[in-house]
Amino acid sequence: MTLFGIRIPMMTSLIFWALVWEIVGRMDVIFLIPPMTSVIAAGIGLVQTGSWQSATVITLRSFALGMAMAIAVGVPLGVAMGRVKVVDNIFGLWVNMFVSAPLSALVPILMILFGLGETTVFVTVFLFAVWIIVLDARAGVMQVPPSLIEMGRCYGASRFTIFTKIILLSALPEILAGIRIGLIRGVKGVVIGQILVSVIGYGELFELYSRSFDMERFWALTIILFAAAMLLSAAVEHFEKRIEYYAGAR
Amino acid sequence: MHMAASPHKVGATGGAGSGSSSIVETLAEFARRRKSFWVVVSLAILFTAWEIAGRVPISFAFPTFLETLSALIEMALDGTLLPAYLITFQPLLLGVAVSAVLGIGLGIVMGLSDKAEWLLAPVFIVLQAAPMAALVPLVTFVYGIGLVAKTLAVIMLALPVIVLNSYKAVRHVNPSLVDMCRSFQGTRMQQIFKIIIPDATPVLFAGLRLGIAAGFIGVMLAELLITPTGIGDLITYHRSVANYAHMYAAVASIIAVSTLTLAALQYVELRFLRPEKRRK
Amino acid sequence: MATPMQARAADPAGTARSDAIVEVRDICKRYGDLEALRGINLDFERGKLTTLLGPSGCGKTTLLKIIAGLVPATSGQIRINGRVVTGPGPERAFVFQDFALMPWATVLRNVGFGLELKGVPQAERHRIARHYIGEVGLSGFEEKYPHELSGGMRQRVGIARAFSVNADVLLLDEPFSAVDEQNRRKFQEDLLRLVDKERKTFLFVTHSIEEAVYVSDRIVLLSPRPGRVSQIIEPAIDRTAAPDVIRRDKGYLDVVEEIWQGLRQYAE
Repeated sequence: MTLFGIRIPMMTSLIFWALVWEIVGRMDVIFLIPPMTSVIAAGIGLVQTGSWQSATVITLRSFALGMAMAIAVGVPLGVAMGRVKVVDNIFGLWVNMFVSAPLSALVPILMILFGLGETTVFVTVFLFAVWIIVLDARAGVMQVPPSLIEMGRCYGASRFTIFTKIILLSALPEILAGIRIGLIRGVKGVVIGQILVSVIGYGELFELYSRSFDMERFWALTIILFAAAMLLSAAVEHFEKRIEYYAGAR
Repeated sequence: MHMAASPHKVGATGGAGSGSSSIVETLAEFARRRKSFWVVVSLAILFTAWEIAGRVPISFAFPTFLETLSALIEMALDGTLLPAYLITFQPLLLGVAVSAVLGIGLGIVMGLSDKAEWLLAPVFIVLQAAPMAALVPLVTFVYGIGLVAKTLAVIMLALPVIVLNSYKAVRHVNPSLVDMCRSFQGTRMQQIFKIIIPDATPVLFAGLRLGIAAGFIGVMLAELLITPTGIGDLITYHRSVANYAHMYAAVASIIAVSTLTLAALQYVELRFLRPEKRRK
Repeated sequence: MATPMQARAADPAGTARSDAIVEVRDICKRYGDLEALRGINLDFERGKLTTLLGPSGCGKTTLLKIIAGLVPATSGQIRINGRVVTGPGPERAFVFQDFALMPWATVLRNVGFGLELKGVPQAERHRIARHYIGEVGLSGFEEKYPHELSGGMRQRVGIARAFSVNADVLLLDEPFSAVDEQNRRKFQEDLLRLVDKERKTFLFVTHSIEEAVYVSDRIVLLSPRPGRVSQIIEPAIDRTAAPDVIRRDKGYLDVVEEIWQGLRQYAE
């Protein structure tokens, strides 16, 4: 938006909303919304507590493990689906189904299979993130220009060389885009998993703060989570931009 | 296309190795021509794997596919499944309806006005990327554990998706069509109602479909987290009495219902809203 | 570089004398630091077909869109029938390079869309639309959708739409660039027939030298970076002759060669 000829960056409206929040909080309308400043103060206090630090370690560990597994399984499966018709036919249905299925309903099953602990959360993260990574890797591999592959064959490249030097590199932008969306979904997965399990990590803290009506800390924790999700997404986006120069040339 | 499908499907899953070459050829031809052949093969492979895993068993809490299937049929016949769905669909439909009206409206306004974009787009970008599930416990403080709280949970997950897709739909309207409308001296209102909204409709609808997918996640979250009702109650109850086949059947049924709903919406989208992508 | 003819076009006294329907006065266009057009002065005579020709990046489409009122000029004036205009108006109709057809509307509704926007009653606008659908040779396709037509047929719809609002000036932005070569030639012949029949003023943008010489009464050559008028050529080809005779005519070939000599310095 431009105001009086000056371009105002879009994200600055968040500052405006924070101010609105502060005013609403000061007016003491509902106990749910404490002033922004006291939420920030609670946040600063919160990150110094041992319970937050250990919850963060647990959360990060489940998230990192789940994502690593999702990438390790998702990218090869997606590439295989993009290259081998039979694999695509067999897995296509399930991948397309699970990418938009209500996976929150699966968490109770994971809870009885893997117990009320980190394993369940780790599997939840994996299940939330993996499908979109598969689909994007598949799309990336499938849209490699046939002329590029023919070029490789004309110059005598082996099948292996064509695969590693042409197909994989050419599909890299889509693979990364899939991983970025997978990361965002993984964050949602870790939160849904922990809240449903409710005895570990942030899930335990949310349960604790909401039961004791500690709204300052509840919101502080929420804002930390939201900010982490946005930062993560921005970081991958930045990385994607660095390889965009050849994605745009296609 | 009209040949009887079932014998081939049985042949494909049962005795693939033993058939004569003519059967193999017919099968291969069939596989090429019919997508549903692969749907059946792919279902059969997963269900077989499930059956085997259940018989091993990999866990005491892992029923076989056949046990789950018979539990599903039992629940469908003894009248527990249908009422549960009627309960689950109430907050889902309400939430999706509110999100659709509000979301498409807000999205279009954000797409048309730079000021609305500046004010609202960042909020919804944050809300879409953020794990909104964390806020579900909060609504119970204000709205208790009833229908309103569950509807709100659905809205919280569905609304940001619908808003952002509607906004993008309007921003990505073909600029050449807008120029065309201007060159024939169309008013701003004509431009919006005769060009921008019709041109954005397929993407608006696709956004709605994504919103409904998010709504399904939301309603399950609400039914598992706020109070067990509907399908969430079936899942929670059968889990508590260690009736795992029934619990799995309830979970599988909600995933299947959501998948079929989304597939039907996608069909509608391709069939009626995208004439240029329609085959034939 | 200025030719006597360009000087005539730039001379205000000359404009009063001639029957100029579109007058372009000192048009400049900047996009930030990029200067797209510099000091364009041109007159377009009533009932003539004038082509804007030049290499890519010479600003010919920008100039056409400024005349159409779709793009604001940085400075300068456009006058239509002697009146200064700043936006689109009923005396001009635009034909788009990418056709700009509404994919959700039939051929009939697309052709009548200009009239629909003006509030013409349905029966009336369908009558007019059907007439021009016939004129461009698409009778029988009224109820088809754009995606069911070939590129050439789609552009015929675009041209019928422009005709149906009965504007004095038709602005055509590379109308045949998305049409394959065979259909393009047929199209050019049909266009000449319509020019003859409809008695309108045509402004035509193209990057094809042959096309420009074949269809134009007058060709304005633009030079790139920034876009300026470099030369004006009047091919003076006998259009009563058959198309294949024209294409082998010595005069036609000479003009093509002359333009190429003028433009080759800009080729990469």
